[in-house]
Amino acid sequence: MTARLDASATRAALPVLRRPRLPFSPWHLLLAPLALVFAAPLVWLLLSSVMSNAEINRFPPALWPSRVDFAGYRYVLENALFLRWFTNSLIVSAVTVGSNLLFGTLGGYAFARMRFTGSRALLALMVATMAIPFQLTMIPTFLVMKKLGLIDSLGALIVPSLVTPFAVFLLRQFFLSLPRELEEAAWIDGCSRLRVLFTIVVPLSRPALSTVAVLTFLSTWNDLTWPLIAVNHDTTYTLQLGLTTFQGQHHTNWAAVMAGNVITVLPVLLAFLGAQKTFIQSVTSSGLKG
Amino acid sequence: MPGLPRPITVPSRGSASGRGLRHPEPPKTPVTPIHRRRRETAAAWAYISPAVLIILGLGVVPVAWSLVLSFQADDLVTPSRWVGVDNYAALAQDPHFAQAVGNTVLYTVLYVPLSILFGFLLAQALNRRIRLAGVYRTLVFVPFVLSATAQGVLFSFVLDPQFGAANSVLHHLGVSPQGFLTDPAQALLVLVGITLWSGTGFCVVVYLAALQDVPPSLVEAARLDGAGTWRVLRHVTLPAVTPVTAFLVLWQLITSLQVFDLVYVTTKGGPLGSTTVIVYFVWEQAFKNFTAGYGAASAYVLALALLVVVIAVRVLRRPGKALR
Repeated sequence: MTARLDASATRAALPVLRRPRLPFSPWHLLLAPLALVFAAPLVWLLLSSVMSNAEINRFPPALWPSRVDFAGYRYVLENALFLRWFTNSLIVSAVTVGSNLLFGTLGGYAFARMRFTGSRALLALMVATMAIPFQLTMIPTFLVMKKLGLIDSLGALIVPSLVTPFAVFLLRQFFLSLPRELEEAAWIDGCSRLRVLFTIVVPLSRPALSTVAVLTFLSTWNDLTWPLIAVNHDTTYTLQLGLTTFQGQHHTNWAAVMAGNVITVLPVLLAFLGAQKTFIQSVTSSGLKG
Repeated sequence: MPGLPRPITVPSRGSASGRGLRHPEPPKTPVTPIHRRRRETAAAWAYISPAVLIILGLGVVPVAWSLVLSFQADDLVTPSRWVGVDNYAALAQDPHFAQAVGNTVLYTVLYVPLSILFGFLLAQALNRRIRLAGVYRTLVFVPFVLSATAQGVLFSFVLDPQFGAANSVLHHLGVSPQGFLTDPAQALLVLVGITLWSGTGFCVVVYLAALQDVPPSLVEAARLDGAGTWRVLRHVTLPAVTPVTAFLVLWQLITSLQVFDLVYVTTKGGPLGSTTVIVYFVWEQAFKNFTAGYGAASAYVLALALLVVVIAVRVLRRPGKALR
């Protein structure tokens, strides 16, 4: 308290130019318009999805709907395969996330805690594969999937990312940071490896597991390149692929296209808003720790 | 999987407060009977076999396969034919490939510095105790979680020359309507703009995390020594976030050299090839023209370029490391 008084007394004694005082921090004058720039396209997305095409197709188009019109949503849900695509995306994402958590945990634990022949070389190889750009592997991956008879099935979308080196490596790093003592105590009590892993290590690893889950979900749900290559029939499309085709076929029915777009981004947006901290931490940690 | 924030394994430079990376190797276990060791090896291989299978089968093998393909003529259906370096020779002559390289370089040269600069400035502005800072951060970051497809569909609409909101706003401002993505002179710049909209938020949150690790005592000390805002920025903040900047440069370079989805959704490489980027070229060759060998060769050129970029960034980072 005294310190603050002293400070204000010194400031008063100095010949400081008086500036007009704002009732809020002047930074808001910069940040609010900037935040608006980032938000505006999203707001426009939501607004146009409930506008009528008559309003959109006017020139200049209306910027604000005169009334809420769900015709776009109705068209999308009745006429297109959106529900099918939504389910496909959901299945592919759920299986991919689940299998990455499981196989990532198993692999990461083996690399972190078990001493076995070839572990070093294998780990080095795995880290190296993380740096391979997808474009380099996509053509042979397509050929492999074709050989396996998976092309045009959800399997083709799932198998290549059943477990990523990223999941294994990130979990290994996290397991290394856990104290060994807890596991050793359980060992001495006669627990098996797997029980130690799933009853002691896994519950302690929630932060790392949620990072893997979030990043795997984001990349799987949002991917377009691989579904574009791996599936041809529209009943096997994912939401992203379906949305692009839908846009190509209905480019005059903008209300419906935007309604479809809202449906496509909604799961990610809801997940993000619900677990914002986890999302941001996952994304930054992938950069800062990696 | 493009667009996914995989970690790049830049060895941590000490300042990034990694939770796990700098952890010492586990202590060597005391001598164990050989049979126990063997059992452990068997169990460990059982644990890692799914990972190894997928990573070898769909990571390592395809890399080699791609190399073989690049020396072949292959249409993805009939057996392929060995053509030696013909694909690479043809690439060197192909004006479309040259255009794709040019477009990718231009896109990268614009996007990488701008996203990092904006990201840093925004993070600086947000890194203070003001009301709504959390809301601003959320709004800036939200576009990053949207898929490139959703971004592309949204902006094809916003920037539609006839029905888009952008031209509507310009009309109100008295500016003549623009072609945006349909104008060969503008399309690539518009794509850079769209990715800046969605990608800057990533740089912002990464910088914010780094800025929060800059010890306030350091800034305080500099202030007491009479350093102004610029000198604090130049001599305290910027050096403190250098490892993060290096990471972001590498990361943004890699993502922008690999841009594809957005191009596919918005312009399909047009108009007049003005937005054909390298990955679009690869995809077009392999899966549209069914010249997979040619596509593989162009993918290898891209991969080599990426390798050179990664090595260059690491080498350039060396002096910084020596200073630490």
